[in-house]
Amino acid sequence: MKRVSGFSRLLAVLALGLIAGALLSPTAAEAKKLNVVTSTTDLAALTEEVGGDKVNVESIAKGYQDPHFVEAKPSFLLKLRQADLLIAVGLQLEIGWLPPLITQSGNPRIQVGATGYLDASQFAEILEIPQGTVTRAEGDVHPLGNPHYWLDPDNGRRIARGIANKLADMDTADGAFFQQRFQDFEKRLLAAEQKWDAEMKPYRGRKVVTYHRSLPNFAKHFALDVIGYVEPRPGIPPTPSHTLELIQLMKRENCKIILVEPYFDLKTPQSIARETGAQVVVYLPSVGGVKEVTTYFQLFDYDIALLTKAFQSTQ
Amino acid sequence: MRRYASLLAIPAVLLAMPLYSQQAAGTPPRADQPDNAALMEKIRDLEDRIVAMEGQIRQLKSQQAAPSAVAGPTPATTSEASAAAAGPQTQAGSMPPPASVAAASATTQEPALGGAGGSAAKALNPDISMIGDFIGSAGHNPVNSTSSFQMHESELGVQAIIDPYARGDFFLSFGEQGVNLEEGYITLTALPAGLVAKVGKFRGAFGKVNTQHNHVLPWIDRPLVSNNLVAGEDGIDDAGVSVERILPAPKGIFMELTGQVFRGDSGDQQHPLYRAYSNSDVSAIAHLRTYKDITESTNIDLGASYSRGYSTAGPNFLTHLYGIDAALRWKPLRRSIYHSFVGRGELIWSQRQQLPSEQRAFGFYASGDYQLARRWFVGGRYDRSGEADKANLIDKGFSAVLTYWPSEFSQIRGQYEFTRYGNLDVHQLFMQVQFSLGAHGAHPF
Repeated sequence: MKRVSGFSRLLAVLALGLIAGALLSPTAAEAKKLNVVTSTTDLAALTEEVGGDKVNVESIAKGYQDPHFVEAKPSFLLKLRQADLLIAVGLQLEIGWLPPLITQSGNPRIQVGATGYLDASQFAEILEIPQGTVTRAEGDVHPLGNPHYWLDPDNGRRIARGIANKLADMDTADGAFFQQRFQDFEKRLLAAEQKWDAEMKPYRGRKVVTYHRSLPNFAKHFALDVIGYVEPRPGIPPTPSHTLELIQLMKRENCKIILVEPYFDLKTPQSIARETGAQVVVYLPSVGGVKEVTTYFQLFDYDIALLTKAFQSTQ
Repeated sequence: MRRYASLLAIPAVLLAMPLYSQQAAGTPPRADQPDNAALMEKIRDLEDRIVAMEGQIRQLKSQQAAPSAVAGPTPATTSEASAAAAGPQTQAGSMPPPASVAAASATTQEPALGGAGGSAAKALNPDISMIGDFIGSAGHNPVNSTSSFQMHESELGVQAIIDPYARGDFFLSFGEQGVNLEEGYITLTALPAGLVAKVGKFRGAFGKVNTQHNHVLPWIDRPLVSNNLVAGEDGIDDAGVSVERILPAPKGIFMELTGQVFRGDSGDQQHPLYRAYSNSDVSAIAHLRTYKDITESTNIDLGASYSRGYSTAGPNFLTHLYGIDAALRWKPLRRSIYHSFVGRGELIWSQRQQLPSEQRAFGFYASGDYQLARRWFVGGRYDRSGEADKANLIDKGFSAVLTYWPSEFSQIRGQYEFTRYGNLDVHQLFMQVQFSLGAHGAHPF
């Protein structure tokens, strides 16, 4: 008898603790604004464009962080449990960290398949979808296609439209507001796109090397020719033999630009640059990569300014 | 299935594309010519619609993979557009007739699943992974002997989202001889009031090391304190129920309380811990976790655990375990793949009722791991622990670890270990090769 009572006391304490916790928690649903959490800053920037002051937006990853390797810190759970909508890049970019966060969040609204989970890749043009057998002999391949798809203004427009529609679905009272903001964004984006296209036009067909395969959509939109990668395979650090091959390739093709994401080590790119007379350009793959770049527009402004300058100086 | 009808609209759009592009190619587009501008807009529209449809196809494929995605988002405009384009004429096509427009459960809409199946059936398969753990060892350890070469463990993981309310995870651990269900549980993710529950067999939330699978440990073996006080490699791993919830806390602090009840059997012959003599002899765990980001690259993680169950000493004897775990992590975000540091430690007190007198043993480990480069890690661990049934027998040890990662999916590790069991000194060298096949789900932080 004594044993059982001791145990039930323990259970009672546990149950009380959990119930007390449940009662004390703030009810986020009462707030008028939609709470949106995005996996990356680019999706946050696009959500801000169409959501305006009717939504609170927060990104999990920082713009200067490798989005493949974000740690699933418990502090992110605090954001996720209050979220009405979670927007992910998808295509398994976040496979290493987002699934456990979603499971542990205790938030039924944002579970995969619930109305509050939005995979933004469904709206975008996806490149490099592997054909045939996929094995990891190719490195850390993404079997559903290249997840770095947001660096094409056309995809930016499509994603923003998808997000606006989603927000309108979830908050019907403000549906017209979101659509209005999207149309405004589309107009500004088209104008900016014409400017960017004009700025990049002289450099169409120019050959570049990138560190990781992060630029297919950008390269396609602005007609750059990506001839090689510093990584021998996606996710595999540079090896001496591959680096030698790349140097020879760059010399042969007269390629003078190496584009590197801000989260990669510059040692190998710089030594390649010394051998080939190329220039290392640390471009931004995401909004927030440097402090001044806080919008989707500034991201392209920044990268295109860097690139045009580099192209001019390596004529 | 019904949305496949809209796919027929794609050829129509594709056919229309060359017409527009030919005209566009004739005169280079310039914004100030109204005709061209209108044309460009139409092309852009068409492109957007194709991209949207491609996206819908990908969604459909993945929805088959995860039946829970039935309520999946579809952009209002594109679904209207494709529905209009699909029209009645597609009904006569070779597609199976749309089952029902109502959003019924996808599982009821998969008639082709049995028998031959094809790609749809494969798409529904859970994520399957296998992790191989090969250990070679040198040196003689009479207390805890290990073979020269052993395929220590082959862990088969089978994981999937079950339905919109739950996910399931199975981990079967194959030794060279037998198989052990290491974990197999359902996680209920859609409970009210922010509760998350697990039902099945799983590793108990006592401290940190007890929750971790072998392949995520920063060492080849487990600390002495785990072996002596917390049932060794298997740990507290039992069938039961777990409920956890994030607690309200001052801003920026993460606090989580977990309560777990188990049947009451944990440990093996070599490392006995709990035993259920009758159905009421359940064991329990309570765990409180506190976490805070100090900066964006540094964080601190503190936990307190309590567990109790009926000891292997007999049906009237209880064992209580108290634990404190702490971890300090550093990882600079701009160079997160190159450098990191984790310092961690656990203190565990055991109170074991037995004849002639209760034994109160204490043990701890403290360890640090530093990532030197993208593929290289060095680490060390200090161990000290009493023995659960002979508290005044103290074992001590020290390990040095070097780890190399050819890629994310394999790992080679060497470990030198010195252990002093009472008066007996043991030197050992371990070498481990770990490799991962397939899609192994990410582990909690």
